[in-house]
Amino acid sequence: MKRLDPNQKMDIGELLKDLENYHPRRTGWTWRKEMPNQKMGPFTYKETSAPLDRSVPLPASKYFGWIDPQPANVITTEIASGRFEDDIRRMRMAAWHGADHMMVIRTAGQSHMDGLLEGTPEGVGGTPITRKQLRATRKALDLIEDEVGRPLNFHSYVSGVAGPEIAVMFAEEGVSGAHQDPQYNVLYRNVNMERSFVDAAVAKKVMACAGILQIDGAHNANATAKEGWKVMPELLVQHALNSAYSRMIGMPADHIALSSVPPTAPPAPAMTYDLPYAVAVRWLFSDYKIRAQQNTRYIESDSREATVTHTLNLVLSRLTSADVQSTITPDEGRNVPWHYNNVAAVDTAKQALLGMDGIMDMVEIKKDGPLPKAVRELAERAVLYLEEVKEMGYFRSVEEGMFVDSGLYPERNGDGIKRDPMGGVAVSSIVPRDKDYLAPVCHHFGYNNLPNDIDKPCSLVDGCTLCKPEKIVYIDELDPEDNVNRRYEPMAKELATGAIKPEVQWANDGYLTLTLFIAENERIAEYAALEMARKLGLEEPEVIHKGISHPAEGTLVEVKARLPFSIDKSTLKIPEKPKVMSEDEVREDIKANPMKVVCATVGEDEHSVGMREIIDIKHGGIEGFGVKATYLGTSVPIDKVVNAAIEEDADAILISTIISHADIHKKNMERLDRLCREMGVRDRFILIGGGTQVTDDLAVGAGLDAGFGRGTKGIHVASFLCKKRQELWKEGKGRLPSGSGR
Amino acid sequence: MSSVQRVSDFEKRREHLKDLSNEELKERFWLLAEEIMKPLYDLAHTHTSPSIERSVLLRMGFSSLEAVAIVSAAEKRGLLGKGAGHLVLRYAKETESAYLDAGRALANGEGWDSLKAVFGGEKA
Repeated sequence: MKRLDPNQKMDIGELLKDLENYHPRRTGWTWRKEMPNQKMGPFTYKETSAPLDRSVPLPASKYFGWIDPQPANVITTEIASGRFEDDIRRMRMAAWHGADHMMVIRTAGQSHMDGLLEGTPEGVGGTPITRKQLRATRKALDLIEDEVGRPLNFHSYVSGVAGPEIAVMFAEEGVSGAHQDPQYNVLYRNVNMERSFVDAAVAKKVMACAGILQIDGAHNANATAKEGWKVMPELLVQHALNSAYSRMIGMPADHIALSSVPPTAPPAPAMTYDLPYAVAVRWLFSDYKIRAQQNTRYIESDSREATVTHTLNLVLSRLTSADVQSTITPDEGRNVPWHYNNVAAVDTAKQALLGMDGIMDMVEIKKDGPLPKAVRELAERAVLYLEEVKEMGYFRSVEEGMFVDSGLYPERNGDGIKRDPMGGVAVSSIVPRDKDYLAPVCHHFGYNNLPNDIDKPCSLVDGCTLCKPEKIVYIDELDPEDNVNRRYEPMAKELATGAIKPEVQWANDGYLTLTLFIAENERIAEYAALEMARKLGLEEPEVIHKGISHPAEGTLVEVKARLPFSIDKSTLKIPEKPKVMSEDEVREDIKANPMKVVCATVGEDEHSVGMREIIDIKHGGIEGFGVKATYLGTSVPIDKVVNAAIEEDADAILISTIISHADIHKKNMERLDRLCREMGVRDRFILIGGGTQVTDDLAVGAGLDAGFGRGTKGIHVASFLCKKRQELWKEGKGRLPSGSGR
Repeated sequence: MSSVQRVSDFEKRREHLKDLSNEELKERFWLLAEEIMKPLYDLAHTHTSPSIERSVLLRMGFSSLEAVAIVSAAEKRGLLGKGAGHLVLRYAKETESAYLDAGRALANGEGWDSLKAVFGGEKA
């Protein structure tokens, strides 16, 4: 398949072709290429990695020469809309923002399916993991990683009752990372204990052979327990049990990542708990990798609150360490995450990690005081926990509800999760291996009565799929109705007509959000917002967030709804982007015909930053192109500006107004035009308005010649001035060139 | 079974730990984790499951559908402890056929009586 064009959408139809012959170009996990002391723009970074070929930098990068430094940490994004063909597009967006670990959550119930799924059915709350879905996704990631210029890790789950088969499929299909933790099966999926641990051993051994990074499931105890922060000793215990088991089976420590989660969130004094816990994990597990999960336990529908909690989690990552930095979307608490929230979460991680780059060169974790004391206490509690589990035996300890209890160990509240060792999904399904048990394949864990005279186990079958990928059997689809073709073809047809709808997770799904502040109490505001959405003609309106500003004065409401129509792209009237002259052309023009302008920040406005940037030579302002600018200062009355322009014999007047309450910016622009007309000098001057709330349409509507808003550079203004002056001269207007005789 | 319930007796319980150095405490932490997991490791080493056997068949080049059919049939006849791949190889030898063909025959329900006769249910 040919390389992606950054200006074209990914062609899903092309992607689905020839999957039966697709094989991944590499297996295993890839870390970022660290670049200590990397220079970018005016800065030197301590903890960044090789830059991307193509990316979307943080918004404020425009002030720093559009640099887009990439932290050294791998950054995760969790994507699972139920339709892999849409997940792939979101992966591309996330990759452009700096994610390189694409984690696909599985569809509900897959962990209880005793066997592999095939084809591309639609999922619920996650995506069905199948060979076809893996191949199409990995193939897309190959293209995306070539586009952004960085290897992308692909991740899903080796859990449930089909763990060994899924591990084999992941090894065959080049999946780079996977969750694998038999405790997760037992505690949260009620899979039989014996089956979980027996299967896990085989799965882990296969994962190890393929270099797959393992992530454990300990963080779920925090997300499940009634008082999440009290499970800290248990989190250490769960990490230890899965890590020890994995090591015994042959998985190297540097391929075992602990899913470490900061256990609490504000308004708790979070750092008091989270920092000692983070330090304890990194001390006890110094040989292992840390996957810094973000807290999900306390996320509600407020995306602002979630973002602050996650930013605090990122502070912890910088104060301690994070080999893999997870991101949780800010809308996780209210719906299956949406496209732009994955992007937002990745940007939050990138922004915070960059902002704290090199911080540990200046601060340090204290070696005395409350911190080391708290770390020691956590470790002692964890050791005591392990002592009790050892005495009972693992199975009995689960049976008696030792895990996910809300008490801070050794306190026990009797509300832990209890499982029967002789119960659960797939009970009584393990069998002893007979003396002549034989498995003629490589990387197989456990007793295996192989003949002595063979080079490797799979010599008996002339190579297994892990040695000869061409032996892998690919199944395309099993369900003639529930598959990607049935979903994709009508959608492709609709898109080809040029129909556009807003979307949040699936192509043209039509969902949008309305943000309304309603000056009523919560209850009234909620129902008023729904009614407003209905009257706007929106379908299926649903309140997804309410925030009380004051019990009586008002409520913020966010409504999700569906747009009942689409827009035809071909009918849009889009004004042509003004052509900007090159810097040299502008300089030449002004050198030939010197230009003078009078500038001022008008009205009751003390802001001068924007105008300064447009004028000043050091910010690439118009002075740098030879324009002589007279700056009158801030809060200048309009008549003073016009008089100064007449006195200076200027070509143009530039006014700036930032404050926009009561449309002051619009009124000031109108006044400027009116006053110039009254004084009979309107044809003589080019009039320009600027400010954060100003657009070209708004300024022209107010009678000026042009308006410049956010993101304007000196060259845009200078280029406009030159072109407009030429136009005026053609019409016999404007301040004529010196020596013209008028 | 009743759940464990108790108030915190941390100070009493930690008596034997309080004089350990941090390094000693860490060593104890890992030793205990390994000791707890050892019986589970042994269980896994000596046992197999339907999913494990299907994973063997996948690695041998069978499809997921064939793997399900072969393993279900083996389970039903109490032959899983031989290893599903072993059964396939044995049937290939019996029928002097390529092992993939033999496996597909087994997936179609053929040959199980002869396998049952060969292995007879002998246990380790």
